[in-house]
Amino acid sequence: MLAHEHEAAGWFLEHAWLIPVIPAVAFAIIIGFGKKLPMKGSEVGIASMLASLVLAVGTTWQWVQRVDAVHGSEGEGALARGVFGFARGLVPRAAEGGEPYVEPVIRSWTWWQSGGIEFGLGQHIDGLAVMLLLLVTFISTLVQVFSLEYVRGDRRYTHFFASLTLFSAGMLAMVLAENTVQLILGWEIMGLCSFMLIGHWWEEQANSRAALKAFFTVRVGDMGLLVGVAILFGAFGTFSIQETSRIAMDPATSQTVLLWASVALFIACIGKSGQFPLHTWLPDAMAGPTPVSSLLHSSTMVVAGVFLVARLYPVFYNGFDIAQNGNSANLIAIIGGITIIIAAGLAFVQNDIKKVLAYSTVSQLGYMMMGLGVGAWTPAVFHIFTHAFFKCCLFLCAGSISHTASHHSFDMKKDMGGLLRRMPITAGAWMVSTLALCGVPFFSGFFSKDEIIDNADHNGYKVFFIVGLIGAFMTTAYMTRATYLTFFGTPRGAAAGEHHDEHGHADVHADAHDAHADVHADAHAGHDVHGAHDDHASHGKPAFGIAGESPILLVFPLIVLGFLAVVSGYINAAPFHIEKFLEWVEPRASEFAPKIDHAVFTWAKAAPSIILVVLGFVISLALCKAVFGEADSKLKGLTQRNRVLGAGHRFLVNKYYLDDLYEKVIVHAVAYPIAQAAYWVNQHVLDGIVNAFGKGGRRTGEWVYKYVDQGAIDGLAVNGSGKAARGTGGALRPLQSGKVNQYGALLFGAAAIGALVLVIVNI
Amino acid sequence: MLINNFLLLGAVLFCIGVYGVIARKNAVMVLMSIELILNSVNINLLAFSMLHGNVDGNTFALYIIAVAAAEVGVGLAMVLLIYRNRKSISLDELSEMKG
Amino acid sequence: MSAVILADDIYVAQNIGFGIIAAVMIIGALKVVTSKNVVHAALALVLVLGGAAAQYLLLAAEFVAVTQVLVYVGAVMVLFLFGVMLTRAKLGQEGDLNNKNAILGVPVALLMLGVMSWVLIDGFEDTRLPQDGDQVSVQALSDSIFKPYLLPFWALSFVLLAAVIGAIVLARKD
Repeated sequence: MLAHEHEAAGWFLEHAWLIPVIPAVAFAIIIGFGKKLPMKGSEVGIASMLASLVLAVGTTWQWVQRVDAVHGSEGEGALARGVFGFARGLVPRAAEGGEPYVEPVIRSWTWWQSGGIEFGLGQHIDGLAVMLLLLVTFISTLVQVFSLEYVRGDRRYTHFFASLTLFSAGMLAMVLAENTVQLILGWEIMGLCSFMLIGHWWEEQANSRAALKAFFTVRVGDMGLLVGVAILFGAFGTFSIQETSRIAMDPATSQTVLLWASVALFIACIGKSGQFPLHTWLPDAMAGPTPVSSLLHSSTMVVAGVFLVARLYPVFYNGFDIAQNGNSANLIAIIGGITIIIAAGLAFVQNDIKKVLAYSTVSQLGYMMMGLGVGAWTPAVFHIFTHAFFKCCLFLCAGSISHTASHHSFDMKKDMGGLLRRMPITAGAWMVSTLALCGVPFFSGFFSKDEIIDNADHNGYKVFFIVGLIGAFMTTAYMTRATYLTFFGTPRGAAAGEHHDEHGHADVHADAHDAHADVHADAHAGHDVHGAHDDHASHGKPAFGIAGESPILLVFPLIVLGFLAVVSGYINAAPFHIEKFLEWVEPRASEFAPKIDHAVFTWAKAAPSIILVVLGFVISLALCKAVFGEADSKLKGLTQRNRVLGAGHRFLVNKYYLDDLYEKVIVHAVAYPIAQAAYWVNQHVLDGIVNAFGKGGRRTGEWVYKYVDQGAIDGLAVNGSGKAARGTGGALRPLQSGKVNQYGALLFGAAAIGALVLVIVNI
Repeated sequence: MLINNFLLLGAVLFCIGVYGVIARKNAVMVLMSIELILNSVNINLLAFSMLHGNVDGNTFALYIIAVAAAEVGVGLAMVLLIYRNRKSISLDELSEMKG
Repeated sequence: MSAVILADDIYVAQNIGFGIIAAVMIIGALKVVTSKNVVHAALALVLVLGGAAAQYLLLAAEFVAVTQVLVYVGAVMVLFLFGVMLTRAKLGQEGDLNNKNAILGVPVALLMLGVMSWVLIDGFEDTRLPQDGDQVSVQALSDSIFKPYLLPFWALSFVLLAAVIGAIVLARKD
């Protein structure tokens, strides 16, 4: 099975393993020599990502040809057969279902073997891997270009690029993992790098706390990954993903094993992808620099959990009985559905623009999970694809705004507003991406999100169909609010040119690193209305005034991503009968993958969600105008006046009190009894023993004192030797410095001399 | 391969570790030096284990790794405690044992 | 004949491997005890511990090598880095990490090294390690742990338990 056909694959498909290797090498170069290079190592990072991108494009190209060759489609496929001879020998393997099967390109090298178990490293290139390879390298490249400007002059500039590069390497290694061990490897590299990147400005207490929180929360889930992989290995005897899929699809395989394995693996996905009970780390992770947020929370880190489910889909599919008709719920769909709603709810009360986006990400990840849970594999994976572009774009827009217009604040209420005219390109990119996110027809999000909702209905998951619709409504509503606050109304705070030393709370302050680029100087020239703010001299800009558009390095990625936010959906636009994505990515072999049933798109079915989107927009806009607008309105300050609404608002602001639950209740409940028990043992058991010894010792002592000491020794020996001892003690006293090191030196010195003596004596 | 290769490597690492224990002021660095010492012992144990062709040395090397993990855990907890009490982990300032 | 040459080749290759790894380890160890930056010292320690794992492989102790990587390079080093960060030792250059009596360490260490090398060279002159040693199997190792050395194993579990409880009690905030 393994790799016997890989002569037939093209060079790029064969060498796809180079894609993660290049950034990994680049990481070593940046860490080793980055500081000495003219651009402090950033050029190495970007070059490596570009190289990987080129390879990924080549891989995609050849994969598409491979699929077309098998499917026997005309045009491109025929051309490919003519130009490259490689596809000719490829005989379509007809699976039982009659669908032609495109074999993944699998290569594996043994990395380690012990006791007959082989641990391999390798590549498993199929549609899913190719899609993510392209996505990750593309987004990483753009984010690194954006960072070039955004973190310019940062104190740990080199380290920042090193971590970014290693992070991409980890993600890429995971994406093309041939076996589950390699998957864990990439997964953990990402975890480590996310810790370093989120805590990049760790001098601020809040940032290092956020980094630790992200690391530990994800770690809780990682336990599940280890357990799940161990269960699969124990039951199937292989780490290979293809073999695992095959065995999982085998009707003879015990469903109990699959159930336990999928529960364990899904816990890992909950942690990594910020699903409901463990989603709390994700918004806090916004403490990292904005490029990090956009990379981690659009296409890489948080998608890893979704990827894991998609990758080992047969295990989950049969473990949770997703296909079973009449099954109206399973763990994946439930968690995904809950996540959609609660995260969208939280997004309403955030004032921090990045937190709105963070909760929106959580909510969208909920969509992907729910899609996988209701058996809509292809739409869910397609949503990964489209979501990456528009969410990355939104994050970078937030970065662009804070970098240029709002003086490194992310507070929409305090420091933004009315930015539409000042930053037209950023605003345009934001709007386009927002439309895509909301699922407005003919933007990319519509094609993926609607299909998830549609398929939930089609596969008999009625509840989740409704959840999806409510989610679409809420998404539109909170994004309208965020857009209104940011780009419309009157400029406030820093956006209005005010400067405030107090940056509100710590999260807002997160990005206030002290080295600003001086590129703004020209934009601010002539706006020196705040001469009093001397502290800005150190920032490289004389005063903070009204900014124009961001510099080109920031805007360029926005344009590219905004463009893709519109067009990326047309790769699989069901309304126009374009289903390329489905053809290229979806595995269709009943031996390795479950058969995925697709709903047929009709405008009638899409109507409810479109109506809800419009409703969400209208209602939210009306509320925004009333609450945040100029005109006085009864709605202003409603949450302060109305007790019920106020309670609801507080409940949301406190994030459903989940953080309190974790930190106060659970940690307390675990740590406190252990400490108490230890204290009890200490007080009762150990002290009791010590006391008993003490008593015994005292008795002995008394006896000795009475008969031996007083009588015999005292008179003769002690008085004499006491004097001697005092003399010696006085002489040795300087040695008792109380310093551990000196005691160590004495100990080792004495030991060495003792050994020397022994050796000499023995010889 | 000469067994002395490994034994001398162990000796060199041991002595470097000893130097670290004596010379370092920062408590965390002293703990690191102790790790060096423990590792040199492990190299010796494994070398002898191979020389004599039995697995006892392997067993004890494993035990040493476990003990070292415990030692680091407790050691760092103590360092944290000391840090919390005096905002410094410099061993030069810790001289309660002064006679 | 060819078998002999082959054995010799392996022998040479092993020696070269040993030499390179040993050099890296010694340089790393020196860096650990001389570096002025705590984080650099910790990273150098990773180098030494990793090198030690490689040496264990040469010594046919495969399982110990894997454990070394998992426990030392993985867990213990993370603990160290957390320790460094939580005690807010500055991550950059630090004034002086050596204490006033650092120079005292040099003669002591050299004296120990002298004694030990003398004894070792004297005692094991050219004793060779067996060449055909297979890697110690996990099975043999577990037989050894759970049969003759079960008692130390139990003792060790108590040590670990005590360490866990002790670490929690010490480090918790009241």
